[in-house]
Amino acid sequence: MINLEIPEKLETLAGQAHMAAEHVLRPISRKYDRAEHTYPVELDTLAELIAQANAAQAGYDTSTPTETSAAKHAADGNINGRSLASLVGVIEMCWGDTGLMLTMPRQGLGQAAIRAVATPEQLERFGGKWAAMAITEPGAGSDSAAIRTTAVLDGDDYVLNGEKIFVTSGDRADLIVVWATLDRSVGRGAIKSFVVERDNPGLKLDRLEHKLGIRASDTANFVLDNCRVPKENLLGSPEIATAREGFAGVMQTFDNTRPMIAGMAVGVARAALDRTRELLAEAGVEISYDHPLAAQSAAVAEFLRLEADWGRDGCSRSRRPGWPTTGCRTPSPRRLRRRRPRASRPTSR
Amino acid sequence: MSAETHRSGPSRQTTAVPGAAFDLTPTDEQRMLVDAVRDFALNRVRPAALAADAACQTPPALLATAAELGLTTIGVPEPLGGVLEHRATVTAALIAEALAEGDMGVALACLAPAGVATALGLWGDADQQGAHMPAFVDDAPPAAAIAIAEPRVLFDPFTLHTRATRTPAGDFVLDGAKALVPRAAGAELLVVAAELDAAPALFLVEGATAGVSAEPEPAMGVRAAATGSVSFENVKLPASALLGDSDPQVYRELVALGRIGWCALAIGTCQAVLDYVSGYVNERVAFGEPIATRQSVAFMVANIAIELDGLRLVTQRAAALAETGRDFVREAALARVLAARHAMQIGSAGVQLLGGHGYTKEHPVERWYRDLRAAGMIEGALAL
Repeated sequence: MINLEIPEKLETLAGQAHMAAEHVLRPISRKYDRAEHTYPVELDTLAELIAQANAAQAGYDTSTPTETSAAKHAADGNINGRSLASLVGVIEMCWGDTGLMLTMPRQGLGQAAIRAVATPEQLERFGGKWAAMAITEPGAGSDSAAIRTTAVLDGDDYVLNGEKIFVTSGDRADLIVVWATLDRSVGRGAIKSFVVERDNPGLKLDRLEHKLGIRASDTANFVLDNCRVPKENLLGSPEIATAREGFAGVMQTFDNTRPMIAGMAVGVARAALDRTRELLAEAGVEISYDHPLAAQSAAVAEFLRLEADWGRDGCSRSRRPGWPTTGCRTPSPRRLRRRRPRASRPTSR
Repeated sequence: MSAETHRSGPSRQTTAVPGAAFDLTPTDEQRMLVDAVRDFALNRVRPAALAADAACQTPPALLATAAELGLTTIGVPEPLGGVLEHRATVTAALIAEALAEGDMGVALACLAPAGVATALGLWGDADQQGAHMPAFVDDAPPAAAIAIAEPRVLFDPFTLHTRATRTPAGDFVLDGAKALVPRAAGAELLVVAAELDAAPALFLVEGATAGVSAEPEPAMGVRAAATGSVSFENVKLPASALLGDSDPQVYRELVALGRIGWCALAIGTCQAVLDYVSGYVNERVAFGEPIATRQSVAFMVANIAIELDGLRLVTQRAAALAETGRDFVREAALARVLAARHAMQIGSAGVQLLGGHGYTKEHPVERWYRDLRAAGMIEGALAL
C-alpha cells in the first residue's frame, strides 16, 4: 500500500536524532565551521549515547547491510529496515549540521565496506571501530576502476603503495579501508579493499584539505609508502574475480551509501527552508497553499518552488533508493545512481 | 439542507487506514486495475489520439469502454452502487496516470464525470446522492465535470467572479462564466464553484437548467476533452443545489483533489514522453552513432526520468494522505508546483529531442507538449 510518510516505528528514532541535532549539533555548528581541523570533543558523549541506543535497539544500525541480508529482505518484501532507519537519522542529524554528522565518531563510511564483505573473524576484529574509506586518488575520482594504488603479497603481508585523497575522517578514524589493485593489468576484478590501522607507519598523512563547507569533518590525503598490512586484513576473497563480479561488490558500497548522501542534502535543505519560513513569517509574509503562485508575492512563489523541490527530494531522491532494504522489489544500481544528482539542487539554487 | 432531515443519511466511503510502512508498491488489486487501464490506454486510446485531438472529441466507443472498466465509480459509496468501501485517491491517481499514457485529452473526457461522482460521494446529502448518483453507476455515465476555472488572466480559484445570491425563499441565483470545462457542450451535470456570502461554495447545476449555455472553446491542449465555456445568466437554483453546506474546507479539498488529478494526468503523459524518446534516441543515428551517446541528449532523457519520478512520488504522497483523511492540501499544492514547472519542461524536451520531427504531427510529442502545458494551469475540471 502506497504510503510516503515516515513509518510509526521510526518516529522515535527521528525524534531522538532531531533532538540531538538541535541541542548538540546546532550550538557548536558555527564553532567548528570556523575552527576547521579541530576535533569536536562534544561529539564523544553523543557517540557514546548512540552506541548504547544501537545496542538497545537492535533494528537500528548506521551501517549498511550485507548482500545476504539485502537478498533476504528482498524476498520478504517491504520491511522498512536498517537503510531507511539510517536515512531518517542522517536527514535529521544534517538538519543540525552536515559536517558534524559526517565526523560522528565510529560512524565512518569504512564500516559499510567492512560489513559488506568481511569474514566473521574480520568482523570480530574490526566491527564497531571508527573506519574511514580511502578510494579516490589524484587520477581516479568518479572513475573508481582507474585506481593505481597497488597491493603486493610479500610473505604474510600485503605491501601497499600509492596515494589516496579525500579520505573523510581519515585523520580521526581508527582504521582506513584502502582500495588497491592486486594486478593493474587485470582491471576491476583485481581491486580489493585492505584494512590499515591509522597508526601504521607506512600510512603517511600528507595534508588535511581546507574546504568550502562541511569543515567540521576532516578530509585527509595520504601517501602509502611500502605500507605493510597482515594478509588477513584483505577484506573478502583474495581471488582475482572476473571483472564484473568483483567490481559489483565494490560498487554495492556506493549504491548503499548514495541514498545517505542524498539524505544529507535533504536534511540541510530542510534546515534552510525552516529558517526561511521563520524569517518570512517575521517579515509578515503569509504563505498560502491554496492560492496559485501567480497570485502570491515573488518571495512566496520562490519559497513554494523551493519547498516543492525539497518535497520531491525529501520523499524520493533520498528515500526511494533505500529500496535494497526498505521498500524493495527490484532495486537496480542504475536506478539508484539516478537519484543523487537531484538532491543537490535545492541546496544549490 | 442537513442530513438529519432525512430518514436515512448520505452514504460515505470510509477513509482508508494509513499504511504502517513507508511503501512505494501498489497493492495487487491496484496493479490489476491499472494493468487493465494501461492496456486500454496504449492499445485503444493511443491509436485514436491524433484524430481525437483534431476533432476535439473523444470517440463514444472509448467513453463506453472507460465506463465498462468502472472508472466513474471509484468514489461512489457501496450502498449507491460503488465497489470500494474506502476512499481510493491513490487508485484514482494511478488510473488517471495510466489513462493519460494513452492520451491526456481522452483521459480527461473519461475522468471528468468521475470527479463529479466523487464529489457527490464525499459531500452530497442523501437527496443529492439519490437524485444524481444512479446515473454515474449506469452503463453510460453522463457528461459531467467540475467547473472552477474562469476566463480571465491570473485566475485564482479562491477569488471567484461567478456569484450565487440567496433569494428570500432560500433558493439561489447564479451568474457568471466558467472556462475550459470538459465536454461542456453536452454536460448534463456540473459542480460549479461560485462565491456565496463572500466565500467560495459549490453548486450542482444541471446542464438543461434555464440560463445555462455552453459554447465549444477548443484549447491548445487536451482537445479530445472537448473543452468549452459555460455561462450562467440569472440561473435559478433550488436550495438543494448547494453541495457541501458551503463549508470552506470542502471547497479547499475539492480544489486540491483537482490538482492531484492534473498531476496524475501529467505523470502519465510524461511517462509516454520518456518511453517514446528513450526508444527514439537509441535508434536515431547521426554522425555514425545513436544520438543517445551524446551527453547533451542522454542528460535530457535522464532529467526527464528524474523529474518524472519526483513528481509521481509527491503526487502519490498527497493522494495517500487524502484517502486516509489526513491534511493533504499542502502536498497537493507542492505537487502542482512541480507539475507546472517540470511536466511542461518534459513536454518541451520531448519535442526538442526529436528535433524537427518533434514539431510535426508525424510524432505524438507535439501533442503531449500541448497537453502538458495544461497540467499546472487549469484548476478543477476533474477531482480524484
